[in-house]
Amino acid sequence: MNESSALIARLKRIATTGMPTQGDGRADDAWLTQGMAKAQLHEVFATVDDAASGAGFAVASVLAARAAPVMWLRTEASERQGGRLHATGLVEMGLDVTSLVLGLVEDEADLLRAAADAARCHGLGTLLIESWGRAPRIDLTATRRLMLAAEASGVTILSLRIGAEPVPSAAASRWQVAACRSRPLEADAPGKPAFDIELLRRRGGQAGLRWRVEWDRDAYFFDQIAFETVIIEDPGGDTAALSGAGVSVAADRAAADNAAASVRRTG
Amino acid sequence: MRPHLFVGRAETPIAFVETVSGGVRLKALDREAMRAGLVPGLTLADARAQVPELEVYEHDAHADHEWLERLADGCQRYTPSVALDEPDGLILDIAGCVHEFEGERRLAADLEERLARRGLLVRHAFGDTPDTARALARFAGAPAPDEKRAVKRLPVAALGLDEDATTALSRAGLKTVGDVMARPLATIAARFGEEAAMMIRRLDGSVKGPIVARRSVPKIGVERRFAEPIARTEYALEVIAELAAEAAEQLAQRHEGGRRWEVRLFRADGLVQRLRIETGQPIRDVALLMRLFRERIDSLADPLDPGFGYDLIRLDVALAERLDASQLKLEGGEAQKGEVAQLVDQLGTRLGRARVRRFSARDSHIPEQAELMLPAAEAPAPTPWTAPETGEPPLRPIYLFDPPQPIESMMAEVPDGPPHRFRWRRTVHDVAHSEGPERIAGEWWRRQDIPTRDYYRIEDRRGRRFWIFRHGLYSEMETPRWYLHGVFA
Repeated sequence: MNESSALIARLKRIATTGMPTQGDGRADDAWLTQGMAKAQLHEVFATVDDAASGAGFAVASVLAARAAPVMWLRTEASERQGGRLHATGLVEMGLDVTSLVLGLVEDEADLLRAAADAARCHGLGTLLIESWGRAPRIDLTATRRLMLAAEASGVTILSLRIGAEPVPSAAASRWQVAACRSRPLEADAPGKPAFDIELLRRRGGQAGLRWRVEWDRDAYFFDQIAFETVIIEDPGGDTAALSGAGVSVAADRAAADNAAASVRRTG
Repeated sequence: MRPHLFVGRAETPIAFVETVSGGVRLKALDREAMRAGLVPGLTLADARAQVPELEVYEHDAHADHEWLERLADGCQRYTPSVALDEPDGLILDIAGCVHEFEGERRLAADLEERLARRGLLVRHAFGDTPDTARALARFAGAPAPDEKRAVKRLPVAALGLDEDATTALSRAGLKTVGDVMARPLATIAARFGEEAAMMIRRLDGSVKGPIVARRSVPKIGVERRFAEPIARTEYALEVIAELAAEAAEQLAQRHEGGRRWEVRLFRADGLVQRLRIETGQPIRDVALLMRLFRERIDSLADPLDPGFGYDLIRLDVALAERLDASQLKLEGGEAQKGEVAQLVDQLGTRLGRARVRRFSARDSHIPEQAELMLPAAEAPAPTPWTAPETGEPPLRPIYLFDPPQPIESMMAEVPDGPPHRFRWRRTVHDVAHSEGPERIAGEWWRRQDIPTRDYYRIEDRRGRRFWIFRHGLYSEMETPRWYLHGVFA
């Protein structure tokens, strides 16, 4: 009896997701302490304005998963638009930069070719692929290849998509990252890195979950924060003037409940 | 000059001219033109008067040099040590290289035949030293029973002295090198300079002039010659794999691994194609090598074109380093490192070594100079980075703009504070939290006039964290500019 109900549940899942083997059995918030599921492809989306948050979140999840060494692939366009990687800053996020190899490629085609090679390298812990803009080559086929390579080699692949809209892909999960106001330190200094995370999609799991987290570099985990101390802004003139790109205002985000599966996100 | 262009043409005299001060003069002549009595240095007008049918071309020294270089490349099928003897000579060091051709005469015949196919006239000579060979090839007249006597019969011009000295020698009644050699060296040196004496010593073999080879002789070289040129790239790759295995064997005996490998494919028509790879660590794993060579072939701008086929394939190990058998059996973490190193080599071969990098700390407090990105294949031993202080948020951004990006401060700031509002990339940011200033002075011991930078870590109302600085103190200048130097996570 039990067996058949389990089977029905499984079939139902297959019928709804089309993916027979997924659902890794991890708790929804396992990533807070363990990072992303290993040997899978995950996508991290961030707007151009939140590029650093996207990258920071990716680095932090590598660290939470303890999945070094890291190969970070980026294009020359990323370097021009987003600035170059700053090792001291990465060290201060907690990353041991001696375990980081940076690959700078000319264009997207090279990016995918290099990624295909790196994804097969058993010695890597994480492969981080950073792309800016729409990057139409990173499509369903490309992501499926990466996913298969990741499953075969055990390398966790994070595809950091900055300034891109989600398109169909074979990734195991898809995240949207935005900067979030930190808890200020004494003397009004900006606090630890804080992120507004939304799980847009997860194979065989619940989607639409949101968290507001702070990266604890010393303990290597994401600390969920409740924003009791958020300063309420006046929603007047200046913030409205800012939001040319339809950016949500921190104040109403703070007002929203953490766990609520809100559809609001930045960008 | 491309002599093959002229092969099979009617025998009109040809001259190459160059414009020198005072007019157009003949620079080089073909055999017909020589026979007609022309000599280099004559003005073109005089030459035309003597030989009206003369065909004239502009002399291009650079093209000549390139052509000679290509011939030298081709001659490396005989010996790795080939030197240019400008403008029209090549010196081959064939010591120990002649067994393949059952003697030097066969080698010379083979060389002449190949060059004749390109329409080149060749004069060759053998010598115990590069200088005698060179002098004999250029000036030899009547045959002589042995090298020593042949040298003695050379005209004094073979000494390669300047025109005045040569004329002076002739006037003194010294017509041949032998005449000069018969004199005491000291008098020659006193009268015609140390150079003349040195040349005599070189020609009589008491001093051996060096061959300035165009490339260093490789540590290990293996090659395959084919009676029938091979025209399939796949087969050529198989041959390369065999050669790599041979080289690897030799390396293994010496407990070494190669770091710089070069394959040269000599085409039957004289063209030489090269494939070079470099690795960060010494290797002698054939499978890995072949992967890198295939990578290299894929990344070639012009694909490998066998044309009429390759008749010689050569593989050289130009740089080898110690690699003990024990190093190959790395375990655990080391094996993992080895795989990453292989990936670095593979990507470096395809993308270019400089594109695959590692960070290396550097002693400078200027943020953009405090670190280096070195090619990962040659990065030194990892340097320790200063560990961040517990409990502190990151004080340095993860993306750094180089050069820093100018921002526009939109609200008057207090003298030692950050702006309250600024515009960057057409977006206005309101500062909610800030920390600073962190004062970073310019490297005044390098240059005096570099303004001080006051850095602030700020967070805007939407939670974005930036690293901005004011370039210059108010005491240093009237209106210092603001820059955004990086973004925090």
